[in-house]
Amino acid sequence: MTDDHKKVEKDEISGVDTTGHEWDGLKELNNPLPRWWVWVFVACCVWAAWYWVVYPAWPTLAGATKGSSGYTQYDELKENQAEIIERQKAYLDKFNESSFEEVMKDPELYSFAVAGGSAAFKDNCATCHGTGAEGSKGFPNLNDDDWLWGGKVGDIYQTISYGIRSGHDEARTSQMPSFGKDAILKKEEIDSVVDYVLGLSEGKSNDKMPGYAIFQSNCAACHGEDAKGGRDFGAPNLTDSIWLYGATKEDITSSVYNAHAGVMPAWQSRLGDSTVRQLAIYVHQLGGGEKDVPKAVVETDPVIVETAPKAE
Amino acid sequence: MGCGSKDGQCKNGSCSTAVPDDDLQLFKKQEIIYPKKVKGKFRTIKWVTMIVCLAFYYLAPFIRWDRGPNAPDQAIMIDLNKGRAYWFWFEIWPQEVYILTGILIIAAIALFFVTSLFGRVWCGFLCFQTVWTDLFVWVERIIQGDSFQRRKLHEGPWTFEKFFKLLATHLSWLAISWVTAGSFVLYFTDAPTLVKSFFEFNVSSTVLAFIIGLTSSTYLLAGFAREQVCTYMCPYARFQSAMFDKDTLIISYDQKRGEPRGKHKKGADWTGLGDCVDCTACVQVCPTGIDIRDGLQMECIACGLCIDACDEVMDKVGLPRGLIAYHTERYFDERTHEKTEKIRFIRPRTIYYAVILTVVVSVMLYALIARSQLELAVLHDRNPLFVTLSNGDIRNGYEIKILNKTHEHRHYTLKVEGIDNATIKVNAAGNVSTDQIYVEADSVGQYKVFVESKIKPQEPFDIEFYLIDNETGQKVEHETMFITQRSTE
Repeated sequence: MTDDHKKVEKDEISGVDTTGHEWDGLKELNNPLPRWWVWVFVACCVWAAWYWVVYPAWPTLAGATKGSSGYTQYDELKENQAEIIERQKAYLDKFNESSFEEVMKDPELYSFAVAGGSAAFKDNCATCHGTGAEGSKGFPNLNDDDWLWGGKVGDIYQTISYGIRSGHDEARTSQMPSFGKDAILKKEEIDSVVDYVLGLSEGKSNDKMPGYAIFQSNCAACHGEDAKGGRDFGAPNLTDSIWLYGATKEDITSSVYNAHAGVMPAWQSRLGDSTVRQLAIYVHQLGGGEKDVPKAVVETDPVIVETAPKAE
Repeated sequence: MGCGSKDGQCKNGSCSTAVPDDDLQLFKKQEIIYPKKVKGKFRTIKWVTMIVCLAFYYLAPFIRWDRGPNAPDQAIMIDLNKGRAYWFWFEIWPQEVYILTGILIIAAIALFFVTSLFGRVWCGFLCFQTVWTDLFVWVERIIQGDSFQRRKLHEGPWTFEKFFKLLATHLSWLAISWVTAGSFVLYFTDAPTLVKSFFEFNVSSTVLAFIIGLTSSTYLLAGFAREQVCTYMCPYARFQSAMFDKDTLIISYDQKRGEPRGKHKKGADWTGLGDCVDCTACVQVCPTGIDIRDGLQMECIACGLCIDACDEVMDKVGLPRGLIAYHTERYFDERTHEKTEKIRFIRPRTIYYAVILTVVVSVMLYALIARSQLELAVLHDRNPLFVTLSNGDIRNGYEIKILNKTHEHRHYTLKVEGIDNATIKVNAAGNVSTDQIYVEADSVGQYKVFVESKIKPQEPFDIEFYLIDNETGQKVEHETMFITQRSTE
């Protein structure tokens, strides 16, 4: 230390050393730190040194130092996930053993299934059906009460499991003829049948329209004589206000001319039975789900799920 | 602190502006204080407040309070798992945490109010740092003797006596700290159950961690840090002086009467001498180690022990009491007769503190008393905003939450108003009809609700949900909206 440092100026009133700094006549006092504070500071320094050794700390060119404890956040994540899976297991086991009917009656299992289904839906289904299952042109809205292949929970389960026109053996499948492209109907015939169909949902159509006869001979086989659709073939109800491919005359003309055949993948093999069942319950509770849960709900052999045609 | 004699030199002599000082201090050593035993009015008040406070703290978790079968029967409890706080008649849910904010505001304003009237009496009598330090000093005194013996023991060489006395002191401190920490944990769980599990060596690691942490903090803060907490750590100690004004009662030494101080022999003449006999009794009893005769200091916690000490001495030398007493600054400035002191309790500062306090207390009391036992929250679905059904009807979905704050299981009826020809459906496990919506006691029921109506495209409009308690008929409402396809015209 130089002499300079030894000549510390003292404040007259408090008797405390000053730092020698002065601003407009105000001098900064050099009040010493209390000893307990110094000890806390030292303890923190020691703790920091310990931390550097035990935990990953210093970045080097070859990555950060590993730390003697071998701690990583990846491991912690794994542990946390294992813990969550363990916690889920209690519900999952019970869920897997229960039929749809039992699940729908048990508030605890029901909310477990809805929560699980909701998460799985957002990961897998939202891409086409939308995050709120609201659908879009060509992708059905799952909130409404209009079902191509059936809206009972077992029907939905079957659809999700094997998909639609997915190529799976159990997949739901059907094909509407391309009435225009394949020259089954003439342009004028298509025009009049579209007029007839368009009028159906507005209640304006009648038997005397030229489209009626064309409809009965070409369309009624699948869509039904009353045009209310047929779930055996995934043929939509043409009398309601929901149009999957659009409600304008152009849209419907295009549907008749080209024919649509939407594809949905089979999920059973990708997600596993439990998740598919959760999804079925989730979709069912969105608002359009049909009651009357089939008695023999199927876990092992979904083939016997009835996709009963609903003759209305 | 710590500049007593140097201070004097500076004041009396011509203090040179640059004093050579060889020992540059890097830190300030804590001067261990051995407060002397004292008797008197303020000491008695301190004993009483200490006993009352500690008795309440240690025993309150064991007070039982019948709330029926679906709620804990502990009078004061914070149930963190379930998110409930209980205080005798009152119970709050996490949604009502503003009540906690209110309590904190009340505590702050009450501190300001009391401080502006009587100075730092909170610090001197009620603060837990003071109360526990007092308790620890009392233990220390019982084992090691009064001030002088304690100092001698501490500064003297290590002997068996010193070892055992210190051991006994520290073990007692640790025992008190442990009970203190244990009592704290009791406020967060059923007290008798936890006490029982203690004896069965079956407590969770969380409980144990809290007890270890609080035991060590109590032991360190009340056993060692003591007045350092008030001087260096406590923010309230610092800003309380902002509430002082000329009419605040503060502990003051009557300089005019006391000075010039000096030793006085019995029977000798008092001429040329003030009433202060310089016995330093006031300094010896001070728990923060200051000399009150230097005037108001930041360290002073207004405990009044120096008043007791001085009064005792004044009685002995046959002079009137009150050389050190609670006085206002105005009294010293304006006194004409020594005995009469009119304290102006009502002044702008105290009035507005009192007004704020009254307002906040009334609002909080109202919030607690008018607290509804039933609440309804409705959240309109974000996606999709509405659904067109096959028959052309429009459906809106809502997530409803029913807060059943009673301690009984209840059934409710849900109704919707503000929309014509609407049907309302509850979507839940089993078949739940809208007039039998079930919510368990003391919990939140969550349901998905659909409202369907044949309605033309139009702008969104407001609708109201009503929820009626089937038993009591209590009715709550929640406004939300119904959305349709917007009119294209």
